[in-house]
Amino acid sequence: MIKADHIVDAEGLACPMPIVKTRKAMKELENGGVMEVRATDKGSTADLKAWAESSGHHYLGTTEKDGTLTHYLRKSDDQEKVEMSHPHIASNEELETALSNREEIIVLDVREVAEFAFGHIPGAQSLPLGDVESALSDLDKEASIYVVCRTGNRSDLAAQKLAAAGFTDVKNVTPGMSGWNGPIEKSVQ
Amino acid sequence: MTVTPILAGEIAKKVISKEAFFILDVRNEDAFSDWKIEGENIQYLNIPYFDVLDGVEGILDQIPTDQDVVVVCAKEGSSIFVAEMLAEAGRDVRYLQGGMKAWSEHLEPVKVGDLKDGGAIYQFVRIGKGCLSYMIVSNGEAAIVDATRMTDVFIDFAKQLDVKITNVLDTHLHADHISGGREIAEAVNGTYWLPPKDATEVTFAYEPLEDGRVITVGTSKIDIQALYSPGHTIGSTSFIVDDAYLLSGDILFIDSIGRPDLAGLAEDWVGDLRDTLYSRYRELAEGLLVLPAHFMIIEELNDDGSVSETLGKLFANNHGLNIEDEQEFRQLVTGNLPPQPNAYQEIRQTNMGKITPDEETQREMEIGPNRCAVR
Repeated sequence: MIKADHIVDAEGLACPMPIVKTRKAMKELENGGVMEVRATDKGSTADLKAWAESSGHHYLGTTEKDGTLTHYLRKSDDQEKVEMSHPHIASNEELETALSNREEIIVLDVREVAEFAFGHIPGAQSLPLGDVESALSDLDKEASIYVVCRTGNRSDLAAQKLAAAGFTDVKNVTPGMSGWNGPIEKSVQ
Repeated sequence: MTVTPILAGEIAKKVISKEAFFILDVRNEDAFSDWKIEGENIQYLNIPYFDVLDGVEGILDQIPTDQDVVVVCAKEGSSIFVAEMLAEAGRDVRYLQGGMKAWSEHLEPVKVGDLKDGGAIYQFVRIGKGCLSYMIVSNGEAAIVDATRMTDVFIDFAKQLDVKITNVLDTHLHADHISGGREIAEAVNGTYWLPPKDATEVTFAYEPLEDGRVITVGTSKIDIQALYSPGHTIGSTSFIVDDAYLLSGDILFIDSIGRPDLAGLAEDWVGDLRDTLYSRYRELAEGLLVLPAHFMIIEELNDDGSVSETLGKLFANNHGLNIEDEQEFRQLVTGNLPPQPNAYQEIRQTNMGKITPDEETQREMEIGPNRCAVR
Protein backbone atom coordinates (compact mmCIF):
# COMPACT_ATOMS: atom_id res chain seq x y z
CA MET A 1 0.00 0.00 0.00
CA ILE A 2 1.18 3.49 -0.83
CA LYS A 3 0.57 6.05 1.88
CA ALA A 4 -1.61 9.02 0.98
CA ASP A 5 -2.62 12.06 2.99
CA HIS A 6 -6.10 12.09 1.58
CA ILE A 7 -8.26 9.62 -0.34
CA VAL A 8 -10.89 10.64 -2.88
CA ASP A 9 -13.43 7.95 -3.68
CA ALA A 10 -14.76 8.50 -7.18
CA GLU A 11 -15.57 4.87 -7.93
CA GLY A 12 -18.62 4.44 -10.11
CA LEU A 13 -18.67 8.13 -11.01
CA ALA A 14 -18.56 9.31 -14.60
CA CYS A 15 -16.66 12.22 -16.00
CA PRO A 16 -16.48 15.09 -14.92
CA MET A 17 -17.06 13.98 -11.29
CA PRO A 18 -13.67 12.33 -10.59
CA ILE A 19 -11.90 15.59 -11.42
CA VAL A 20 -14.50 17.79 -9.73
CA LYS A 21 -14.06 15.82 -6.50
CA THR A 22 -10.27 15.67 -6.76
CA ARG A 23 -10.02 19.37 -7.39
CA LYS A 24 -12.19 20.20 -4.39
CA ALA A 25 -10.23 17.89 -2.11
CA MET A 26 -6.93 19.22 -3.43
CA LYS A 27 -7.81 22.69 -2.13
CA GLU A 28 -7.97 21.30 1.41
CA LEU A 29 -4.67 19.45 1.12
CA GLU A 30 -1.41 20.90 2.39
CA ASN A 31 1.30 21.72 -0.11
CA GLY A 32 3.40 18.67 -0.86
CA GLY A 33 0.66 16.33 0.32
CA VAL A 34 -0.17 13.13 -1.56
CA MET A 35 -3.68 12.48 -2.82
CA GLU A 36 -5.06 9.08 -3.74
CA VAL A 37 -7.98 9.04 -6.19
CA ARG A 38 -9.95 5.84 -6.72
CA ALA A 39 -11.97 5.78 -9.91
CA THR A 40 -13.55 3.32 -12.30
CA ASP A 41 -13.94 5.71 -15.23
CA LYS A 42 -11.25 4.63 -17.69
CA GLY A 43 -10.87 8.14 -19.04
CA SER A 44 -9.84 9.38 -15.60
CA THR A 45 -6.15 8.54 -16.11
CA ALA A 46 -5.61 10.78 -19.13
CA ASP A 47 -7.82 13.53 -17.71
CA LEU A 48 -6.16 13.60 -14.27
CA LYS A 49 -2.76 13.69 -15.94
CA ALA A 50 -3.79 16.61 -18.16
CA TRP A 51 -5.58 18.40 -15.32
CA ALA A 52 -2.55 18.05 -13.04
CA GLU A 53 -0.34 19.47 -15.77
CA SER A 54 -2.59 22.48 -16.37
CA SER A 55 -3.07 23.16 -12.65
CA GLY A 56 0.56 22.66 -11.67
CA HIS A 57 0.15 19.58 -9.48
CA HIS A 58 2.25 16.47 -9.97
CA TYR A 59 0.69 13.36 -11.38
CA LEU A 60 2.69 10.47 -9.90
CA GLY A 61 1.12 7.38 -11.41
CA THR A 62 -1.76 4.94 -11.50
CA THR A 63 -2.23 1.35 -10.44
CA GLU A 64 -5.08 -0.88 -11.60
CA LYS A 65 -6.71 -3.73 -9.77
CA ASP A 66 -10.03 -5.46 -10.49
CA GLY A 67 -11.26 -2.59 -12.63
CA THR A 68 -10.45 0.09 -10.06
CA LEU A 69 -7.89 2.68 -11.00
CA THR A 70 -5.92 4.20 -8.16
CA HIS A 71 -4.26 7.46 -9.10
CA TYR A 72 -1.65 9.31 -7.07
CA LEU A 73 -1.08 13.05 -7.22
CA ARG A 74 1.03 15.40 -5.18
CA LYS A 75 -0.06 18.93 -4.44
CA SER A 76 2.39 21.31 -5.98
CA ASP A 77 4.61 23.47 -3.84
CA ASP A 78 6.32 25.09 -6.79
CA GLN A 79 5.32 28.50 -5.51
CA GLU A 80 7.84 28.06 -2.72
CA LYS A 81 11.17 29.59 -3.48
CA VAL A 82 13.95 27.15 -4.18
CA GLU A 83 16.53 28.20 -1.68
CA MET A 84 19.37 25.80 -1.12
CA SER A 85 21.67 26.32 1.78
CA HIS A 86 23.38 22.96 2.25
CA PRO A 87 26.93 23.69 1.00
CA HIS A 88 27.74 20.29 -0.56
CA ILE A 89 26.03 19.74 -3.85
CA ALA A 90 26.33 16.92 -6.38
CA SER A 91 24.91 17.06 -9.89
CA ASN A 92 22.76 14.24 -11.25
CA GLU A 93 25.68 13.26 -13.47
CA GLU A 94 28.09 13.06 -10.52
CA LEU A 95 25.67 10.72 -8.74
CA GLU A 96 25.31 8.63 -11.89
CA THR A 97 29.08 8.34 -12.13
CA ALA A 98 29.41 7.36 -8.48
CA LEU A 99 26.77 4.67 -9.01
CA SER A 100 28.32 3.27 -12.15
CA ASN A 101 31.75 3.18 -10.43
CA ARG A 102 30.07 1.14 -7.68
CA GLU A 103 31.31 3.50 -5.02
CA GLU A 104 30.17 2.76 -1.48
CA ILE A 105 27.43 5.31 -1.17
CA ILE A 106 23.90 5.57 0.19
CA VAL A 107 21.24 7.18 -1.98
CA LEU A 108 18.57 8.60 0.29
CA ASP A 109 15.33 9.49 -1.53
CA VAL A 110 13.38 11.93 0.67
CA ARG A 111 10.30 12.24 -1.53
CA GLU A 112 6.93 10.84 -0.43
CA VAL A 113 6.46 7.08 -0.63
CA ALA A 114 4.04 7.43 -3.56
CA GLU A 115 6.56 9.42 -5.57
CA PHE A 116 9.25 6.86 -4.79
CA ALA A 117 6.97 3.97 -5.76
CA PHE A 118 6.39 5.21 -9.32
CA GLY A 119 10.08 5.71 -10.13
CA HIS A 120 13.34 5.82 -8.20
CA ILE A 121 17.04 5.18 -8.60
CA PRO A 122 17.76 1.44 -8.23
CA GLY A 123 19.12 0.76 -4.75
CA ALA A 124 17.89 4.06 -3.29
CA GLN A 125 16.44 4.07 0.22
CA SER A 126 13.05 5.69 0.70
CA LEU A 127 12.92 8.09 3.63
CA PRO A 128 10.30 10.85 3.28
CA LEU A 129 11.44 14.24 4.53
CA GLY A 130 8.97 14.16 7.42
CA ASP A 131 10.51 10.92 8.73
CA VAL A 132 14.17 11.94 8.52
CA GLU A 133 14.57 13.05 12.14
CA SER A 134 13.19 9.85 13.62
CA ALA A 135 15.46 7.73 11.40
CA LEU A 136 18.75 9.47 12.18
CA SER A 137 19.88 6.77 14.60
CA ASP A 138 19.48 4.06 11.93
CA LEU A 139 21.99 5.69 9.58
CA ASP A 140 25.79 5.54 9.57
CA LYS A 141 27.19 9.00 10.35
CA GLU A 142 30.43 8.33 8.46
CA ALA A 143 28.75 7.04 5.28
CA SER A 144 28.84 8.88 1.99
CA ILE A 145 25.21 9.95 1.57
CA TYR A 146 23.60 11.41 -1.55
CA VAL A 147 20.21 12.96 -0.75
CA VAL A 148 17.76 13.20 -3.62
CA CYS A 149 14.22 14.51 -4.11
CA ARG A 150 12.31 15.88 -7.14
CA THR A 151 13.95 19.28 -7.56
CA GLY A 152 16.62 19.62 -4.84
CA ASN A 153 14.44 21.49 -2.36
CA ARG A 154 13.40 18.82 0.11
CA SER A 155 16.77 17.11 -0.23
CA ASP A 156 18.40 20.40 0.79
CA LEU A 157 16.35 20.45 4.00
CA ALA A 158 17.10 16.80 4.68
CA ALA A 159 20.84 17.33 4.04
CA GLN A 160 20.85 20.22 6.52
CA LYS A 161 19.19 18.04 9.15
CA LEU A 162 21.75 15.30 8.62
CA ALA A 163 24.67 17.73 8.78
CA ALA A 164 23.32 19.28 11.97
CA ALA A 165 23.08 15.81 13.50
CA GLY A 166 26.80 15.25 12.87
CA PHE A 167 26.79 13.42 9.53
CA THR A 168 30.11 14.18 7.84
CA ASP A 169 29.68 13.36 4.14
CA VAL A 170 26.26 14.47 2.88
CA LYS A 171 25.63 15.78 -0.61
CA ASN A 172 22.43 17.32 -1.98
CA VAL A 173 21.73 16.03 -5.49
CA THR A 174 20.46 18.70 -7.87
CA PRO A 175 18.20 18.95 -9.69
CA GLY A 176 17.24 15.43 -8.61
CA MET A 177 14.58 13.11 -10.03
CA SER A 178 12.92 15.74 -12.24
CA GLY A 179 16.06 15.71 -14.37
CA TRP A 180 17.19 12.12 -13.83
CA ASN A 181 18.26 10.34 -17.03
CA GLY A 182 19.80 7.27 -15.40
CA PRO A 183 18.11 3.94 -14.69
CA ILE A 184 14.75 3.95 -12.92
CA GLU A 185 13.04 1.27 -10.90
CA LYS A 186 9.38 1.04 -9.87
CA SER A 187 7.94 -0.67 -6.81
CA VAL A 188 4.39 -0.88 -8.21
CA GLN A 189 2.96 -2.60 -11.27
CA MET B 1 -31.99 28.68 -21.97
CA THR B 2 -32.27 24.93 -22.05
CA VAL B 3 -29.71 22.36 -23.01
CA THR B 4 -30.86 19.85 -25.59
CA PRO B 5 -29.01 16.83 -26.92
CA ILE B 6 -28.06 16.29 -30.54
CA LEU B 7 -27.70 12.75 -31.88
CA ALA B 8 -24.61 11.44 -33.65
CA GLY B 9 -26.83 10.78 -36.70
CA GLU B 10 -27.85 14.44 -36.88
CA ILE B 11 -24.21 15.50 -36.79
CA ALA B 12 -23.42 12.93 -39.51
CA LYS B 13 -26.06 14.56 -41.73
CA LYS B 14 -24.57 18.01 -41.07
CA VAL B 15 -21.12 16.72 -42.02
CA ILE B 16 -22.36 15.05 -45.21
CA SER B 17 -24.25 18.18 -46.30
CA LYS B 18 -21.12 20.25 -45.46
CA GLU B 19 -23.09 22.44 -43.08
CA ALA B 20 -21.18 25.05 -41.11
CA PHE B 21 -21.36 24.70 -37.33
CA PHE B 22 -19.24 25.12 -34.23
CA ILE B 23 -17.83 22.42 -31.96
CA LEU B 24 -16.69 23.13 -28.43
CA ASP B 25 -14.72 19.98 -27.61
CA VAL B 26 -14.13 19.74 -23.86
CA ARG B 27 -11.93 16.62 -23.84
CA ASN B 28 -8.26 16.92 -22.91
CA GLU B 29 -5.92 18.28 -25.56
CA ASP B 30 -4.27 14.95 -26.37
CA ALA B 31 -7.62 13.27 -26.99
CA PHE B 32 -8.73 16.17 -29.21
CA SER B 33 -5.58 16.29 -31.31
CA ASP B 34 -5.63 12.50 -31.73
CA TRP B 35 -9.22 12.25 -32.95
CA LYS B 36 -12.19 14.57 -33.38
CA ILE B 37 -15.38 15.07 -35.37
CA GLU B 38 -14.20 15.98 -38.86
CA GLY B 39 -16.16 18.13 -41.28
CA GLU B 40 -15.30 20.54 -44.06
CA ASN B 41 -17.08 23.52 -42.51
CA ILE B 42 -16.72 22.89 -38.80
CA GLN B 43 -15.05 25.44 -36.57
CA TYR B 44 -13.44 24.11 -33.41
CA LEU B 45 -12.54 25.24 -29.96
CA ASN B 46 -10.85 22.78 -27.60
CA ILE B 47 -11.05 23.76 -23.94
CA PRO B 48 -10.75 20.84 -21.49
CA TYR B 49 -13.74 20.74 -19.12
CA PHE B 50 -11.43 20.83 -16.11
CA ASP B 51 -10.24 24.28 -17.15
CA VAL B 52 -13.76 25.73 -16.89
CA LEU B 53 -14.96 24.09 -13.67
CA ASP B 54 -15.15 27.53 -12.07
CA GLY B 55 -17.18 29.03 -14.87
CA VAL B 56 -17.33 29.70 -18.59
CA GLU B 57 -17.12 33.51 -18.47
CA GLY B 58 -13.54 33.41 -19.71
CA ILE B 59 -14.42 31.58 -22.93
CA LEU B 60 -17.78 33.18 -23.82
CA ASP B 61 -16.26 35.59 -26.33
CA GLN B 62 -14.75 32.62 -28.23
CA ILE B 63 -18.12 30.97 -28.74
CA PRO B 64 -20.19 32.29 -31.64
CA THR B 65 -23.85 33.26 -31.33
CA ASP B 66 -24.61 33.18 -35.04
CA GLN B 67 -24.22 29.45 -35.69
CA ASP B 68 -25.12 26.12 -34.06
CA VAL B 69 -22.84 25.24 -31.16
CA VAL B 70 -22.36 21.60 -30.13
CA VAL B 71 -20.45 20.72 -26.96
CA VAL B 72 -18.61 17.40 -27.26
CA CYS B 73 -16.76 15.18 -24.78
CA ALA B 74 -15.81 11.50 -24.45
CA LYS B 75 -19.08 10.11 -23.13
CA GLU B 76 -21.38 13.14 -22.61
CA GLY B 77 -21.10 13.86 -18.86
CA SER B 78 -18.61 16.69 -19.13
CA SER B 79 -20.30 18.18 -22.18
CA ILE B 80 -23.64 18.40 -20.31
CA PHE B 81 -21.80 20.01 -17.41
CA VAL B 82 -20.22 22.66 -19.64
CA ALA B 83 -23.35 23.11 -21.81
CA GLU B 84 -25.43 23.83 -18.70
CA MET B 85 -23.00 26.52 -17.63
CA LEU B 86 -23.16 28.05 -21.11
CA ALA B 87 -26.98 27.93 -20.96
CA GLU B 88 -26.93 29.73 -17.64
CA ALA B 89 -24.80 32.37 -19.29
CA GLY B 90 -27.58 32.82 -21.82
CA ARG B 91 -26.22 30.71 -24.68
CA ASP B 92 -28.26 28.32 -26.77
CA VAL B 93 -26.09 25.22 -27.13
CA ARG B 94 -26.53 21.48 -27.63
CA TYR B 95 -24.41 18.58 -26.47
CA LEU B 96 -23.54 15.40 -28.37
CA GLN B 97 -25.60 12.62 -26.82
CA GLY B 98 -23.31 9.72 -25.90
CA GLY B 99 -20.23 11.79 -26.73
CA MET B 100 -17.40 10.57 -28.97
CA LYS B 101 -18.36 6.97 -28.13
CA ALA B 102 -21.69 7.45 -29.86
CA TRP B 103 -19.91 9.25 -32.71
CA SER B 104 -17.51 6.32 -33.09
CA GLU B 105 -20.41 3.85 -33.24
CA HIS B 106 -22.78 5.66 -35.57
CA LEU B 107 -23.40 3.97 -38.92
CA GLU B 108 -24.97 5.84 -41.80
CA PRO B 109 -26.41 3.50 -44.48
CA VAL B 110 -26.12 4.81 -48.05
CA LYS B 111 -27.20 3.03 -51.22
CA VAL B 112 -24.26 2.98 -53.62
CA GLY B 113 -25.84 1.30 -56.61
CA ASP B 114 -28.18 -1.20 -58.21
CA LEU B 115 -27.51 -4.75 -59.26
CA LYS B 116 -28.48 -6.25 -62.59
CA ASP B 117 -31.37 -8.30 -61.23
CA GLY B 118 -32.98 -5.43 -59.34
CA GLY B 119 -31.01 -5.88 -56.15
CA ALA B 120 -28.83 -3.22 -54.59
CA ILE B 121 -25.58 -2.67 -52.75
CA TYR B 122 -25.49 -0.53 -49.61
CA GLN B 123 -22.55 1.03 -47.86
CA PHE B 124 -22.58 1.57 -44.09
CA VAL B 125 -20.45 4.61 -43.37
CA ARG B 126 -19.00 4.63 -39.88
CA ILE B 127 -18.33 8.30 -40.17
CA GLY B 128 -16.62 8.82 -36.82
CA LYS B 129 -14.04 6.13 -37.36
CA GLY B 130 -13.81 5.87 -41.14
CA CYS B 131 -14.89 2.22 -41.43
CA LEU B 132 -17.04 1.08 -44.35
CA SER B 133 -19.20 -2.05 -44.37
CA TYR B 134 -21.39 -3.40 -47.15
CA MET B 135 -24.68 -5.20 -47.66
CA ILE B 136 -25.37 -6.84 -50.99
CA VAL B 137 -29.08 -7.52 -51.43
CA SER B 138 -30.67 -9.65 -54.11
CA ASN B 139 -33.90 -11.59 -54.36
CA GLY B 140 -34.69 -11.78 -50.68
CA GLU B 141 -31.14 -12.59 -49.61
CA ALA B 142 -28.28 -10.50 -48.27
CA ALA B 143 -24.55 -10.85 -47.86
CA ILE B 144 -22.60 -8.58 -45.52
CA VAL B 145 -18.95 -7.61 -45.96
CA ASP B 146 -16.66 -6.21 -43.24
CA ALA B 147 -19.36 -5.75 -40.62
CA THR B 148 -18.57 -3.68 -37.53
CA ARG B 149 -19.44 -4.83 -34.03
CA MET B 150 -22.70 -2.81 -34.06
CA THR B 151 -24.42 -5.94 -35.36
CA ASP B 152 -27.98 -4.77 -34.63
CA VAL B 153 -27.73 -2.10 -37.31
CA PHE B 154 -27.11 -4.71 -40.01
CA ILE B 155 -29.66 -7.19 -38.73
CA ASP B 156 -32.33 -4.47 -38.40
CA PHE B 157 -31.54 -3.07 -41.83
CA ALA B 158 -31.99 -6.53 -43.38
CA LYS B 159 -35.31 -6.87 -41.54
CA GLN B 160 -36.51 -3.54 -42.89
CA LEU B 161 -35.68 -4.68 -46.41
CA ASP B 162 -37.29 -8.02 -45.61
CA VAL B 163 -34.25 -10.02 -46.71
CA LYS B 164 -32.45 -12.95 -45.12
CA ILE B 165 -28.75 -12.64 -44.34
CA THR B 166 -27.14 -15.80 -45.70
CA ASN B 167 -23.43 -15.01 -45.97
CA VAL B 168 -21.14 -12.82 -43.91
CA LEU B 169 -17.61 -12.08 -45.14
CA ASP B 170 -14.51 -10.30 -43.92
CA THR B 171 -11.94 -9.17 -46.50
CA HIS B 172 -9.19 -9.73 -43.93
CA LEU B 173 -8.45 -10.00 -40.23
CA HIS B 174 -9.03 -6.43 -39.08
CA ALA B 175 -6.62 -4.59 -36.79
CA ASP B 176 -8.43 -1.29 -36.35
CA HIS B 177 -11.94 -2.38 -35.41
CA ILE B 178 -13.70 -5.38 -33.97
CA SER B 179 -15.50 -7.41 -36.58
CA GLY B 180 -19.19 -8.16 -36.09
CA GLY B 181 -19.09 -10.79 -38.84
CA ARG B 182 -18.98 -13.90 -36.73
CA GLU B 183 -21.69 -12.64 -34.36
CA ILE B 184 -24.06 -11.78 -37.22
CA ALA B 185 -23.47 -15.14 -38.89
CA GLU B 186 -24.30 -16.90 -35.62
CA ALA B 187 -27.40 -14.77 -35.03
CA VAL B 188 -28.91 -15.44 -38.48
CA ASN B 189 -27.53 -18.93 -38.91
CA GLY B 190 -25.54 -17.81 -41.95
CA THR B 191 -22.08 -18.72 -43.18
CA TYR B 192 -19.05 -16.78 -41.97
CA TRP B 193 -16.20 -16.51 -44.47
CA LEU B 194 -12.60 -15.54 -43.74
CA PRO B 195 -9.42 -15.73 -45.86
CA PRO B 196 -7.65 -18.84 -44.52
CA LYS B 197 -4.20 -17.24 -44.52
CA ASP B 198 -5.45 -14.62 -42.06
CA ALA B 199 -7.24 -17.23 -40.00
CA THR B 200 -4.40 -19.53 -38.98
CA GLU B 201 -4.77 -18.56 -35.33
CA VAL B 202 -8.54 -18.20 -35.04
CA THR B 203 -10.34 -20.21 -32.39
CA PHE B 204 -13.65 -20.70 -34.21
CA ALA B 205 -15.00 -22.45 -37.28
CA TYR B 206 -15.28 -20.51 -40.54
CA GLU B 207 -15.63 -21.14 -44.24
CA PRO B 208 -12.31 -20.55 -46.07
CA LEU B 209 -12.50 -17.73 -48.59
CA GLU B 210 -10.11 -18.77 -51.31
CA ASP B 211 -9.09 -17.16 -54.58
CA GLY B 212 -11.65 -17.77 -57.30
CA ARG B 213 -14.39 -18.81 -54.92
CA VAL B 214 -17.84 -17.61 -55.98
CA ILE B 215 -20.58 -16.90 -53.46
CA THR B 216 -24.11 -16.43 -54.71
CA VAL B 217 -26.69 -14.06 -53.22
CA GLY B 218 -30.32 -14.64 -54.11
CA THR B 219 -31.78 -16.93 -56.68
CA SER B 220 -30.97 -14.87 -59.73
CA LYS B 221 -27.29 -15.28 -58.96
CA ILE B 222 -25.44 -12.18 -57.95
CA ASP B 223 -21.87 -13.35 -57.77
CA ILE B 224 -19.27 -12.35 -55.26
CA GLN B 225 -15.95 -13.43 -56.72
CA ALA B 226 -13.07 -13.66 -54.33
CA LEU B 227 -9.78 -12.26 -55.60
CA TYR B 228 -6.71 -13.01 -53.53
CA SER B 229 -5.01 -9.63 -53.02
CA PRO B 230 -2.41 -9.79 -50.26
CA GLY B 231 -0.38 -6.89 -48.93
CA HIS B 232 -2.25 -5.30 -46.04
CA THR B 233 -2.41 -8.75 -44.53
CA ILE B 234 -1.21 -12.00 -46.07
CA GLY B 235 -4.80 -13.20 -46.55
CA SER B 236 -6.40 -9.96 -47.78
CA THR B 237 -9.05 -10.78 -50.36
CA SER B 238 -11.04 -8.46 -52.62
CA PHE B 239 -14.51 -9.14 -54.01
CA ILE B 240 -15.92 -8.41 -57.40
CA VAL B 241 -19.68 -8.11 -57.07
CA ASP B 242 -22.00 -8.48 -60.03
CA ASP B 243 -19.10 -7.68 -62.38
CA ALA B 244 -19.57 -4.01 -61.42
CA TYR B 245 -18.18 -3.38 -57.94
CA LEU B 246 -14.73 -4.03 -56.49
CA LEU B 247 -14.73 -4.34 -52.73
CA SER B 248 -11.07 -3.64 -52.10
CA GLY B 249 -10.89 -4.12 -48.32
CA ASP B 250 -7.84 -2.40 -46.83
CA ILE B 251 -5.71 -2.77 -49.97
CA LEU B 252 -6.84 0.22 -51.99
CA PHE B 253 -8.58 3.36 -50.75
CA ILE B 254 -9.76 6.47 -52.59
CA ASP B 255 -6.85 8.72 -51.74
CA SER B 256 -4.36 6.25 -50.26
CA ILE B 257 -3.29 2.60 -50.19
CA GLY B 258 -3.13 -0.07 -47.48
CA ARG B 259 -0.27 -0.26 -45.00
CA PRO B 260 1.50 -3.60 -44.71
CA ASP B 261 2.77 -3.41 -41.13
CA LEU B 262 -0.16 -4.01 -38.78
CA ALA B 263 0.56 -7.69 -38.38
CA GLY B 264 4.24 -6.91 -37.86
CA LEU B 265 5.48 -7.99 -41.26
CA ALA B 266 5.89 -4.84 -43.35
CA GLU B 267 9.11 -5.94 -45.03
CA ASP B 268 7.70 -9.34 -45.97
CA TRP B 269 4.41 -8.06 -47.35
CA VAL B 270 5.47 -4.98 -49.26
CA GLY B 271 6.16 -7.11 -52.35
CA ASP B 272 2.69 -8.65 -52.16
CA LEU B 273 1.15 -5.22 -51.80
CA ARG B 274 2.91 -3.96 -54.89
CA ASP B 275 2.03 -7.07 -56.85
CA THR B 276 -1.65 -6.74 -55.94
CA LEU B 277 -1.90 -3.04 -56.77
CA TYR B 278 0.37 -2.96 -59.82
CA SER B 279 -0.37 -6.35 -61.41
CA ARG B 280 -3.52 -8.06 -60.17
CA TYR B 281 -5.67 -4.92 -60.03
CA ARG B 282 -4.28 -3.76 -63.40
CA GLU B 283 -5.89 -6.77 -65.06
CA LEU B 284 -9.36 -5.76 -63.87
CA ALA B 285 -11.88 -3.66 -65.80
CA GLU B 286 -11.34 0.04 -65.23
CA GLY B 287 -15.09 0.62 -65.01
CA LEU B 288 -15.37 -1.30 -61.71
CA LEU B 289 -16.55 0.93 -58.87
CA VAL B 290 -14.05 0.62 -56.04
CA LEU B 291 -15.66 0.29 -52.60
CA PRO B 292 -12.96 0.26 -49.90
CA ALA B 293 -13.23 -0.78 -46.25
CA HIS B 294 -12.13 2.65 -45.03
CA PHE B 295 -11.89 6.32 -45.71
CA MET B 296 -9.21 8.41 -44.06
CA ILE B 297 -10.22 12.01 -44.61
CA ILE B 298 -13.66 13.54 -44.84
CA GLU B 299 -12.89 14.92 -48.32
CA GLU B 300 -13.11 11.33 -49.60
CA LEU B 301 -16.88 11.37 -49.05
CA ASN B 302 -19.06 11.90 -52.12
CA ASP B 303 -21.92 14.39 -51.93
CA ASP B 304 -24.37 11.72 -50.80
CA GLY B 305 -22.02 10.60 -48.01
CA SER B 306 -20.84 7.45 -49.80
CA VAL B 307 -17.23 6.59 -50.53
CA SER B 308 -16.48 5.18 -54.01
CA GLU B 309 -14.61 5.83 -57.24
CA THR B 310 -14.00 3.91 -60.45
CA LEU B 311 -10.84 1.86 -60.67
CA GLY B 312 -9.82 3.79 -63.80
CA LYS B 313 -9.98 7.12 -61.96
CA LEU B 314 -7.93 5.71 -59.10
CA PHE B 315 -5.26 4.47 -61.51
CA ALA B 316 -5.11 8.02 -62.82
CA ASN B 317 -5.27 9.95 -59.55
CA ASN B 318 -4.25 7.84 -56.55
CA HIS B 319 -0.60 8.61 -55.77
CA GLY B 320 -0.02 5.14 -54.29
CA LEU B 321 -0.87 3.54 -57.67
CA ASN B 322 1.53 5.77 -59.58
CA ILE B 323 4.96 5.12 -58.11
CA GLU B 324 7.05 3.60 -60.89
CA ASP B 325 10.16 3.05 -58.83
CA GLU B 326 9.90 -0.05 -56.65
CA GLN B 327 12.37 1.29 -54.06
CA GLU B 328 10.39 4.49 -53.71
CA PHE B 329 7.22 2.44 -53.24
CA ARG B 330 8.93 0.30 -50.62
CA GLN B 331 10.03 3.44 -48.82
CA LEU B 332 6.49 4.90 -48.83
CA VAL B 333 4.84 1.87 -47.30
CA THR B 334 7.51 0.79 -44.83
CA GLY B 335 9.25 3.99 -43.78
CA ASN B 336 7.46 6.94 -42.24
CA LEU B 337 4.27 5.06 -41.32
CA PRO B 338 1.56 6.80 -39.31
CA PRO B 339 1.06 5.68 -35.68
CA GLN B 340 -0.62 2.32 -35.34
CA PRO B 341 -4.35 2.20 -34.48
CA ASN B 342 -5.28 2.24 -30.81
CA ALA B 343 -5.04 -1.25 -29.20
CA TYR B 344 -4.51 -2.91 -32.60
CA GLN B 345 -2.89 -5.99 -31.08
CA GLU B 346 -5.83 -6.60 -28.75
CA ILE B 347 -8.26 -5.93 -31.61
CA ARG B 348 -6.56 -8.61 -33.73
CA GLN B 349 -6.68 -11.05 -30.79
CA THR B 350 -10.39 -10.30 -30.36
CA ASN B 351 -11.05 -10.89 -34.06
CA MET B 352 -9.22 -14.23 -33.78
CA GLY B 353 -11.50 -15.20 -30.89
CA LYS B 354 -8.53 -15.45 -28.51
CA ILE B 355 -9.89 -12.85 -26.12
CA THR B 356 -13.46 -11.74 -25.48
CA PRO B 357 -13.48 -8.31 -23.86
CA ASP B 358 -16.77 -6.92 -22.52
CA GLU B 359 -18.61 -4.28 -24.54
CA GLU B 360 -17.23 -1.35 -22.55
CA THR B 361 -13.67 -2.56 -23.13
CA GLN B 362 -14.37 -3.12 -26.83
CA ARG B 363 -15.52 0.50 -27.09
CA GLU B 364 -12.38 1.73 -25.39
CA MET B 365 -10.21 -0.40 -27.69
CA GLU B 366 -11.75 1.16 -30.78
CA ILE B 367 -11.42 4.78 -29.67
CA GLY B 368 -9.61 6.90 -32.22
CA PRO B 369 -9.13 6.99 -35.99
CA ASN B 370 -8.54 3.83 -38.06
CA ARG B 371 -5.07 4.58 -39.49
CA CYS B 372 -4.97 1.69 -41.95
CA ALA B 373 -3.52 3.59 -44.88
CA VAL B 374 -0.40 5.26 -46.19
CA ARG B 375 -0.50 8.26 -48.48
